Amino acid sequence: MSEPLLVVDNLSVTFSNQGKSVYAVRGISYTVNKGEFLGIVGESGSGKSVSSTAVAGLLPSSAHVEGSIRFNGRELLGLNDRQLSEIRGSEIAMIFQDPLSALTPVYTIGQQIAEGLRLHDSKLTQKSAEARAVELLKTVGIPNAERRAKGFPHEFSGGMRQRAMIAIAIANDPQLIIADEPTTALDVTIQAQILELLQTAKEITGAAVVLITHDLGVVAGNADRIAVMYAGKIVENAPVLPLFRTPVMPYTIGLLRSMPNMSDASTTRLVPLEGRPPLLTTRPTGCPFADRCPAVKAICRTSEPPLAQVHSPTGERHVACHRADEIVAGTLRRDEIFPIPAAVPSSEKSTVDPDIVVEVTDLKRTFPLTKGAIFRRRIGTVKAVDGVSFTVRRGRTLGLVGESGSGKTTTILEVLELAGAESGSILLDGVDTATLTNKARRAIRGNIQVVFQDPMASLDPRMIVEDIIGEPLTVLGAPRSEIRRKVANILELVGLEPSFASRYPHEFSGGQRQRIGIARALVVEPKILVLDEPVSALDVSVQAGVINLLEDLKERMGLSYLFVAHDLAVVRRIADDVAVMYLGRIVEYGPSDLIFNEPRHPYTQALLSAVPIPDPEVEQSRQRIMLTGELPSPTDDIVGCNFRARCPLYQLLPDDRKVLCQTDDPAERPVLGRQVACHHAESNLLVGQ
Amino acid sequence: MALLQPLLPSTEISEPDVALDSRNRSRASLILRRVFSTKRAWIGSTVLGFIILWAFIGPYLYQWNYLDQDGLAFSVPPSASHWFGTNDIGQDVYAQTLIGLQKSLIIGLIVGPLAALIAGFVGATAGYLGGMWDRVIVWFIDLLLVLPSLYLLVLLSPLFKSLSWLALVVFLALFGWMVLARVIRGQTMSLREREYVKAARFMGVSGFAIIRRHILPNVASLLIIDATLGIGAAILAETTLSFFGFGVQPPDVSLGTLLALGSGSAITRPWLFVFPAAILVITVLASSLLGDALRDAIDPTSGATNE
Amino acid sequence: MIGFIARRLINYIFLSAFATMLAYVLVSATLQPGARFYGRNPPIPQGSIDAALNKLGANPNIPILERLWTWVTQLVTTGSLGISTRGTEVTADIAARAGTSLRLLILGSILGAVIGVALGVWGAVKQYRTSDQVITYASFAVLATPVFVIGIVLMIIATTLNQAVGTNVINFTGEYTAGLEGGFWTLFADRAAHLLLPTITLTVTAVAAYSRYQRSAMLDVLSADYIRTARSKGRTRGSAIIRHGVRVALIPMSTFFAYSFGLILVGASVTETVFSWHGMGEYLFNSVGNSDINAATGTILFTSILVLIAGTLSDVVYAALDPRVRV
Repeated sequence: MSEPLLVVDNLSVTFSNQGKSVYAVRGISYTVNKGEFLGIVGESGSGKSVSSTAVAGLLPSSAHVEGSIRFNGRELLGLNDRQLSEIRGSEIAMIFQDPLSALTPVYTIGQQIAEGLRLHDSKLTQKSAEARAVELLKTVGIPNAERRAKGFPHEFSGGMRQRAMIAIAIANDPQLIIADEPTTALDVTIQAQILELLQTAKEITGAAVVLITHDLGVVAGNADRIAVMYAGKIVENAPVLPLFRTPVMPYTIGLLRSMPNMSDASTTRLVPLEGRPPLLTTRPTGCPFADRCPAVKAICRTSEPPLAQVHSPTGERHVACHRADEIVAGTLRRDEIFPIPAAVPSSEKSTVDPDIVVEVTDLKRTFPLTKGAIFRRRIGTVKAVDGVSFTVRRGRTLGLVGESGSGKTTTILEVLELAGAESGSILLDGVDTATLTNKARRAIRGNIQVVFQDPMASLDPRMIVEDIIGEPLTVLGAPRSEIRRKVANILELVGLEPSFASRYPHEFSGGQRQRIGIARALVVEPKILVLDEPVSALDVSVQAGVINLLEDLKERMGLSYLFVAHDLAVVRRIADDVAVMYLGRIVEYGPSDLIFNEPRHPYTQALLSAVPIPDPEVEQSRQRIMLTGELPSPTDDIVGCNFRARCPLYQLLPDDRKVLCQTDDPAERPVLGRQVACHHAESNLLVGQ
Repeated sequence: MALLQPLLPSTEISEPDVALDSRNRSRASLILRRVFSTKRAWIGSTVLGFIILWAFIGPYLYQWNYLDQDGLAFSVPPSASHWFGTNDIGQDVYAQTLIGLQKSLIIGLIVGPLAALIAGFVGATAGYLGGMWDRVIVWFIDLLLVLPSLYLLVLLSPLFKSLSWLALVVFLALFGWMVLARVIRGQTMSLREREYVKAARFMGVSGFAIIRRHILPNVASLLIIDATLGIGAAILAETTLSFFGFGVQPPDVSLGTLLALGSGSAITRPWLFVFPAAILVITVLASSLLGDALRDAIDPTSGATNE
Repeated sequence: MIGFIARRLINYIFLSAFATMLAYVLVSATLQPGARFYGRNPPIPQGSIDAALNKLGANPNIPILERLWTWVTQLVTTGSLGISTRGTEVTADIAARAGTSLRLLILGSILGAVIGVALGVWGAVKQYRTSDQVITYASFAVLATPVFVIGIVLMIIATTLNQAVGTNVINFTGEYTAGLEGGFWTLFADRAAHLLLPTITLTVTAVAAYSRYQRSAMLDVLSADYIRTARSKGRTRGSAIIRHGVRVALIPMSTFFAYSFGLILVGASVTETVFSWHGMGEYLFNSVGNSDINAATGTILFTSILVLIAGTLSDVVYAALDPRVRV
């Protein structure tokens, strides 16, 4: 076989800024063969994006690049911008994470695709380039391509923009497509569509693909080979199956064990991978993972292990670990390095009666949509929440899941306002929040507390931890000494040192900050905790620790959780009951096991099947239910079932049974032990029984 | 100008987080360190400090009083005896410049912070109350912004000319807060939507406590920046008004009145004009360099609010 | 898009009308045109004073709001802005002076915007290099200098130059040389020569303000993802910045133009007066000295209309540049 398409050899990238250096990538080597699909996996700051940006020559001028990047036998390092620009877009194409900021807001989508075409084919006229752009938009599955080509990026939805980005990438039949977190900003059903489109693009162009992601699940089903990066190094590089089955580098092992896996999440406790990667402002002297590695030995502290070939029964692989041989040989067992943490012993569990603590009935929330240049007039109503009912019992967790725009965040904000509802009722401990006086509302505040998504944004950067956590207590007028004592106690409870009380939020890692947020919510000893995407801003390895903490706290203190998340694997791990929302409605609601094992609503089925599972065998044998199209606008007045336009079941129904979906809005009704809002839930055979 | 910020997407390439290594420093010292990591801040604060000391101590270290008339030296160029020369009735230009500088500095040092205070109060009120109040206040601000405030000050000059120069100070502040108030309003509105403000609200913290604890400290940094930049702006407005006879009135002396007197003979006897002018420029430049460095350090998103 | 501009225009018209009326009230309350009639020897009969003041619409015995009403109705019905204290029609005075001011204003704005934007782009692209540092410090210095100082310093330089050369290379007093005889081109060349220093004075100030703003708008854009996308398509860095970056960074500039127009306006008034031009700036300053209510308010109306035009223009440019507001 001839030389691989891309050979990266001992590549280093150092950023220098005002005399300070950051060693972002420290001597990595890998190859990509023609037509190969390589996944590069790592957490934030691991250098995964920097290394591939270097391949395209798009690093800022503060970056110092060393080593060698050979593409098609040609050395790319040392080429000037002009020479590189001839390769970029024609032979090497890139797809970026956030397709809104990655597209120029002032040019139409068609112009931006045509631009890429004309740059590499000077003979192409503007007119034929635009015609070709329309063709490309059709290829990537954008309906009404002629009309949409004249649209601007802000008129496109996130998924559509990413399709347009892919159209730009494949415009000149590249040999290599580098996709940098292409689905991170997208909802899970859209992510599934984009990943499938990426495979299609690969088949059309025959290009090799490098997919950079933090999510092992995303690459499990797509990649041929995976490189795991940590602290600027590749620490393990192996074909996909062995990497998932028998990981060798302890970091890979820990990462895989810390990920909630939707197929078995309800049974196994997650394994936390504590700590955080070292700062790359100095070159590490030993193994960069040593501080977090349970299998650390003296040698790991003094010398950094090189990426070396390891022979294992499951095939060749490259691993950077001093103890790789022991792990491969089985003398150092993987489950001994990262044992599953013990659950809360039953003696410490608090037993509570499962009273209803939150009862929401037929909640509605609308926002007026106004338009008009001179005189604003109301042109419609956004039905953000459209008749939602659920209950939360003491000591239980209700998971509220749905994609963006489903109304889940509006729902919990309505509950948190403690000010009744526009329509319907919200009862806390049997008290209707609409009837509360200001005084009673303040008294009841202590019973319901909230943890927000982004731990950086939800902590005031100007306050020390003690003041942040103590803030709810000052509302109750607690004396200073009591606040101090309670804060120290609660810090210990959430697994932080009491001495942290005098520090500022920016001194902590993401996981620690989220623990501070949880501590603040718990310090007034509430009964109910509303958790708004509490782990989605955290790195995977840190998530597990926070999820375990939430579980333990619930069991020790008998808390009730109203848990909002888009990550279904996390919800599966933590929720007792699940309510699936779509366009302001609950479409399926019932016990978690029942819904995850045997979903009955076609939307739930599609949602579950879109969630990537970090297991290549499961991924490859999975039956995937694709949703077509995207969420309709919540202003549309839809007669009949509002899921009809995207419903995979509806498309299979005989015409006489479709009529019902077209005319009648399905109400929630009990089906096989849960509530389902679908006319055909009983006869739904989309998922093999 | 805050309304512009959403239009300027500021996304950075995924460079590793350099700021993390500061994890053991407190925020205040972090900001100070950032302020003084730039040359501009050093130059600005040193020069401004020196000028203030000079203006108030300098006259005691000099042989001529600003009103003295040297009968032996009418309109002489700079010399060892008269450092900046003399005017046509034999008054010492150096002594006069320092006294004028004193007045201009006092005006700047009062007006800058005063205007920032008004802006902070009006802007934060509009931003926090929102709704009808917000619209009325913003409309009023826009109304004041239609006409250049210097024109309004010229038109109102008969009012404060008859009073002391302190009245001028009040008027300068009254017409110098509008742009900043809009910025503060925008900032307050975005602070209201921050998660930690929402978190405080859901904890039951009262609206007043939220403003005091979470909003004011954040807005305060902006106010400090603009109070600093306002010093220079006020001195410029004062000199321009005084130059045309609408500001400080004789017998009071400011840099503006000196420049007005010196301008007539600027071509034949440049020392009457050039020295006060140079000192004026250096003073204003120092305060704006310091303000700009503060802005860069405190408010990294300040790009678009550069007036 | 037309709706957006119409809405803004209506808002501007209201604001300008209100501002003018407010100015009328303020001016009527502060200026005392009657003062010069009193304390004369021999005393002027009260009847004559009242008659004179009534003619000016400035009789202090009539409530200010009533005078405002008279002034507005007169403006709307006859288009007259009243009579100045020197007995001339204010509209005629303004018509005679407006051209002088507008010439300077338009030249200064256009040159300032074009050069300022160019320097701002240049500074941002060369961030922290020597050329950027020079532009930055120069802009700071210019912004720290009052416009009249710039004007006078330029005059000193021009005089030195004239003396060095021995003839009047640069003329700078007044708008033209009085009594100069000659054909069209002689007069044109004379006016152009007189225009040189005032234009430089105003342009330098405008350039400093615009270049600072454009530089920071550019810096925001330089690190934007879409610049990277454009490069990934095969554009060089320079071409991506010009084709995609500058185009987007001009959007906030269009709004800044409206904001900064007041600065230019004041700069133009000061420049005119320093160079002894008989423009609107001098008219405003004199009106206060003469306690001339009608002249002062007329100037303010003229100014509000200019602000209105500048504001609308910047909105039109804004809507043309940014597809996101074209609803």
